[in-house]
Amino acid sequence: MEALFKEGHLPGFVHSCAGQEAIAVGVCDLLTSTDYITSTHRGHGHAIAKGVDPAAMFAELYGRETGVCRGRGGSMHVADFSVGMLGANGIVGGGFGIATGAAFAIKYQRRSDIAICFFGDGAVNKGTFHEALNFAGVHRVPVIFVCENNRYAQFTAASRTTAVEDISVRAAGYGVVGETLNGNDILSVLQSTERAVKRARSGEGATLLNMLTYRFSGHYIGDAEEYRSKDEVASSRDERDPITSFVTYVTAEGLLSLNDINEIFSEVESRLDRAHSFAVESPPPDPSTALNDVWTTRE
Amino acid sequence: MGTKKMSFGQATLEAMQFAMDEDPSLVVVGEDISWGGNFGQFRGLVDKYGPERVVDMPISESLIVALSVGASVAGLKIVASMSFVEFTMGAMDEIVNQAAKFRYMFGGQVSVPIVLRASDGVRGSSGAQHSSSFEGMFCNIPGIKIVAPSNGNDAKGLLRSAIADPDPVIYFEHKKITGQRAPVEEGDFFVPLGSARVVNEGTDLTIVSYSNMLNHALVAAQVIADEDGASVEVVDLRSVVPLDIKTVTDSASKTGKVLIAHESWVMGGFGAEVMAQIYETLPHRRDLCVYRIGSKTAPIPFSPQLESAVVPGVPDLVLEIRRILAS
Repeated sequence: MEALFKEGHLPGFVHSCAGQEAIAVGVCDLLTSTDYITSTHRGHGHAIAKGVDPAAMFAELYGRETGVCRGRGGSMHVADFSVGMLGANGIVGGGFGIATGAAFAIKYQRRSDIAICFFGDGAVNKGTFHEALNFAGVHRVPVIFVCENNRYAQFTAASRTTAVEDISVRAAGYGVVGETLNGNDILSVLQSTERAVKRARSGEGATLLNMLTYRFSGHYIGDAEEYRSKDEVASSRDERDPITSFVTYVTAEGLLSLNDINEIFSEVESRLDRAHSFAVESPPPDPSTALNDVWTTRE
Repeated sequence: MGTKKMSFGQATLEAMQFAMDEDPSLVVVGEDISWGGNFGQFRGLVDKYGPERVVDMPISESLIVALSVGASVAGLKIVASMSFVEFTMGAMDEIVNQAAKFRYMFGGQVSVPIVLRASDGVRGSSGAQHSSSFEGMFCNIPGIKIVAPSNGNDAKGLLRSAIADPDPVIYFEHKKITGQRAPVEEGDFFVPLGSARVVNEGTDLTIVSYSNMLNHALVAAQVIADEDGASVEVVDLRSVVPLDIKTVTDSASKTGKVLIAHESWVMGGFGAEVMAQIYETLPHRRDLCVYRIGSKTAPIPFSPQLESAVVPGVPDLVLEIRRILAS
């Protein structure tokens, strides 16, 4: 995707979640299709992990009629309500109240589903974070707040803008359970999320999971990244890639062979190739439909 | 069916009960909601429907709207009390970037059936942060609907339609008239959004208005009839979005002179939009004269003398009508 954007094929701009894959995959692995997630501007991984068809997502990135939002949304607004994906949000911190509201509905409807709110470390200084955590604490709605703490709020290091180093301590102020964990280790992600999911499904309330990770690319693709050193990025790519470390783990444990891994990789690649072809071959939306769906009904 | 005398607020309470009885997925949220709200518009709902359906919210306006959006796409319908309209400013992202855009931005996958009830307008020395009218600002945002009733009967029928509507609706209830008592039709009924009403028929000039300014317009029309012998037609828009421009232009065609009157600010206000649409709809009517009146460009002051210098009342309307009729 990075290459496609740099070559000028994709309109708009794109925020990559490379380096943060373990969180989307680990969390969504524990969800059903009737559970909900809200996502962020860096949300393509969440979408795929929650079950959005990659072809429909790719077509959305190209602004095509066959896109999951029929080309009306684009990269920052991928949503598929049929799989409980309540939308990537271009507003930092935009998902807190929406996920909490979805969880409020779940509780009211006496369902066993839960809602997950993905957000970045930059969002924890929005008022919406505090308002939603407080409500979730008061009403014990089944929501899990998953912070993808990649250390940078857009261009600015979190250490320069956030008063506490460990943001999970903020949970205590709202009667919510908080935990910090290695978000680049999918097994840690699975373990902690499983506990939080259990609490949410059994009516014990909300959890704030602070998952430490790292953003391999800049804030958006093409970002000059003057705010961090090339060494920092390179060493993170070398040492902290969640995919590489998972491959090392499963092969060392004898769970999968390198052959198996390569097969999986090539299967994924060909699936994405097909998705990409579908997108570029799809027609753009008809301009005469540009004013449709602003309202459900027009009197 | 007959009518019953009740306040505007009580009329909305009746609409709420019809809606809540009909649809168990309708939930009401807001600050102080179990105490009836600031003007008693929610009084007794919690006793009838319980705290699970009538939910007291923290003073967290952005959460109130975001929660409404999230709950509505997860299958509920929400009426949220925003208390004073100024408090909606704490939820502008949620109204403008979330509620209004969800349907379009996500390719028509969902609707956001929420109603935000907000008390607006000048009640008398409530000061700059409790006297505003913001429909001029909100009407610039595609994706929301805006309702502004002028009387209890419309308040009841319009609220019923607003709640039944699949889209986000901002429902303005003017503070000055929330407690005003008047006959309201008994039983359940709907006033469709986007249906203006000719409240007073006339031939010499049209006043287009809504919310409490409509009541001033009716008084002014009577003064003009009694003292000047001229006949003023008064059109109540009832909803700002959707706008029933046909009723407006039909009247404008007939009278040839129009005054658009609202309490919110003239500058960049809704009157400018109505004026533009009248001229655009009737380009061949070169004799047409359209004017507007509203608050002058200042925050609403506290002192009664200053307040009435900024906000137009009946005397200002009468003067303006006379000026237009003489021109």
